[in-house]
Amino acid sequence: MAKTGTVDQPGAAYTFDSQEKPVRRHTFAVIVDNEPGVLARVIGLFSGRGYNIESLTVSTVTEDATVSRINIVTTGTEMVIEQIKAQLQRLVPVHNVHDLTLEGPHVEKELALVKVKAKDHNRRESLRIADVYHAQVADTTLESFVFLIHGSTEKVDSFIELMDALGETEVARSGVVAISRGAEITPV
Amino acid sequence: MDTTEMTGAAMVIKALADQGVDVVFGYPGGAVLPIYDELFKQNRIRHILVRHEQGAVHAAEGYARSTGKPGVVLVTSGPGATNAVTGLTDALMDSIPIVCLTGQVPTHLIGNDAFQECDTTGITRPCTKHNYLVKDVNRLARTLHEAFYVATTGRPGPVVVDIPKDVQFGSGTYAAPEGKQKHKTYQPQVKPDRERIDAAVDMLLSAKRPIVYAGGGVVNAGPAASQLLTEFVRMTNFPCTLTLMGLGAFPAREPQYLGMLGMHGTYEANWAMHDCDVMLCIGARFDDRITGKLDAFAPESRKIHIDIDPSSINKNVAVDLPIVGDCGYALEDLIKVMRARHKKPDEEALADWWRRIDEWRAKKCLSFETNDAVIKPQQAIRRLYEMTRDRGDDVYITTEVGQHQMWAAQHFGFQKPNRWMTSGGLGTMGYGLPAAVGVQLGHPDALVVDIAGEASILMNIQELSTAVQYRLPVKVFILNNKYMGMVRQWQELLHGGRYSESYSEALPDFVKLAEAYGLKGLRATKPDELDGLIEEMLAHDGPVMCDVAVDPTENCFPMIPSGAAHNDMLLAPVAEGEEAIGAEGKMLV
Repeated sequence: MAKTGTVDQPGAAYTFDSQEKPVRRHTFAVIVDNEPGVLARVIGLFSGRGYNIESLTVSTVTEDATVSRINIVTTGTEMVIEQIKAQLQRLVPVHNVHDLTLEGPHVEKELALVKVKAKDHNRRESLRIADVYHAQVADTTLESFVFLIHGSTEKVDSFIELMDALGETEVARSGVVAISRGAEITPV
Repeated sequence: MDTTEMTGAAMVIKALADQGVDVVFGYPGGAVLPIYDELFKQNRIRHILVRHEQGAVHAAEGYARSTGKPGVVLVTSGPGATNAVTGLTDALMDSIPIVCLTGQVPTHLIGNDAFQECDTTGITRPCTKHNYLVKDVNRLARTLHEAFYVATTGRPGPVVVDIPKDVQFGSGTYAAPEGKQKHKTYQPQVKPDRERIDAAVDMLLSAKRPIVYAGGGVVNAGPAASQLLTEFVRMTNFPCTLTLMGLGAFPAREPQYLGMLGMHGTYEANWAMHDCDVMLCIGARFDDRITGKLDAFAPESRKIHIDIDPSSINKNVAVDLPIVGDCGYALEDLIKVMRARHKKPDEEALADWWRRIDEWRAKKCLSFETNDAVIKPQQAIRRLYEMTRDRGDDVYITTEVGQHQMWAAQHFGFQKPNRWMTSGGLGTMGYGLPAAVGVQLGHPDALVVDIAGEASILMNIQELSTAVQYRLPVKVFILNNKYMGMVRQWQELLHGGRYSESYSEALPDFVKLAEAYGLKGLRATKPDELDGLIEEMLAHDGPVMCDVAVDPTENCFPMIPSGAAHNDMLLAPVAEGEEAIGAEGKMLV
């Protein structure tokens, strides 16, 4: 019989979090040295310790390209989120770790390229929906469009869902990039 | 010629010398030949040729753990590096400062599946504190200095520097270590926040049933930290328990000492942990062998956790007051603040608490019965302890992993830190003998004993050659019960006594084996031979391997079965056929 999270916690040998604790989605900005292997360290940490990665983006952010910013969206209990931050901070090439979800209001955006193959009415409909979503046409043929859309993850999700209903689709998504609101500049 | 201009290989030797390294444990091979060539030309650094790269890392660990200095390892590419992985993981789990230099195929061949090539930095990334692949000879010296800095500061750990052969041959400028290394991103916090120390003192002074639970972090913080811990405990008269890694951080002879805690800890230590109202955890990490059943772990306590590694805090157990910092600094501040207060700990409550603890102590949970027919393993360790006690602090014990390790932890009393070397986190069988080699090199005149099991010792038996080659008088004290004892014990308790593959079949004759390697071999099979064997072992001015036949059915108690809480310990063997551990516990090892 499968046991659920409410059984006695059998923690004697290995610690399990069998109680169901609320899981939250957090967005991290991790400022790192742009050196070989740094992304592998970050990803290896997540897979090795069993943390989730919902989305990950990485790019250099300084003029001299010595510093990169990794944006990670993850989910976990409060304790796990705290661990993720502490573990990331422990990596030698990591400058600092910002839990944007905890630190206050922030902007989160995603970009997607959505190819939809449709004819006739569906083709015209796709264009109308794209207009509603402020998506731009990035490429077109007589039987397809490539739309460029950006915005919140939810907005991109719902746009893709609608396009799916109109025809065969192919999607390329950037993953979430995020930055804090307000005038303060995060030091690198 | 500019004296700072030299080959990469020469830089390695110069950097090691500048870092104060006097001994390197290693094994040569194609990709490190230039470095070995430089080693040949100098006399400052002593190279110890091990017989397997795993042994090199464990030896370096033993050296580091017993001297407080970083252990240095030099191995070749490919199999040299992969053989070192177990040792590196062991050092990471137990926070031992190691700098491991690995040779690598020339840079232009990296990624080509060249002979003896492996992705060393990729393989060792999760089992090191940090690692480097040096592709530019002009960065080599600085990287080596940084490796020492990272390995030895903050929470110590192993660091790998992978050096391709062309970088070793190449010529560049040597950079001397800068006085005080300051790393741009790696800056561990060593000084604790003063406000938190104040809050901790408030909590400790309000305690009615306090306990100090200290671990390997105190040992890593240096002997002064252990002194401060002793001072703190004497001053407060709080009961103190130590983890496996912490043994020696507080003197075993002190009246406040409750013994080791955890799965095979003492009855009094585990009950006191369970019933305490304020817990001061110093340099320990609430490991699953310590906590037992998590939701029954010290249920009525408020917890203070001092650790230099923020990721150790709130990992397994949520604490009320986290303090990030070096154990030594934190203890110093705690003592200072406590002294300055007018309020003293609640004497009356403390006296009550000690009365309860004394009742638990009265169980004498570590007692065992001896007889004339067969040596009890506990008896062997007790006698070893009693017969070496007059040597004072000059006794160093290493162990392998299993029952003998737990018995050694229970029955051998340590009064000083750095005297006890064991594989705690990773639980590596085969750790003890190479570690003893490393310890003996750090302490040439001390008594170094590897307390071993007959199964564990075979995992790195080849290091006997190393001991013989360098005339290291290590003593290997095998408790031979003809079983992988801990495996057998679990099979007895969990799996209905079906001893699947845990019988040590086709064992060598350890006395003849010792003699074949050039050691003295001794054997005891009856209790009345035990003292004579230990005497002879101690009297021999060279390496000895002792085969002590012990009771094959003895189990290690006390024991907290998996799935159980601290106040649910097993003290005596359970009745035949009865399963002490529930179905849930079975899944948990």
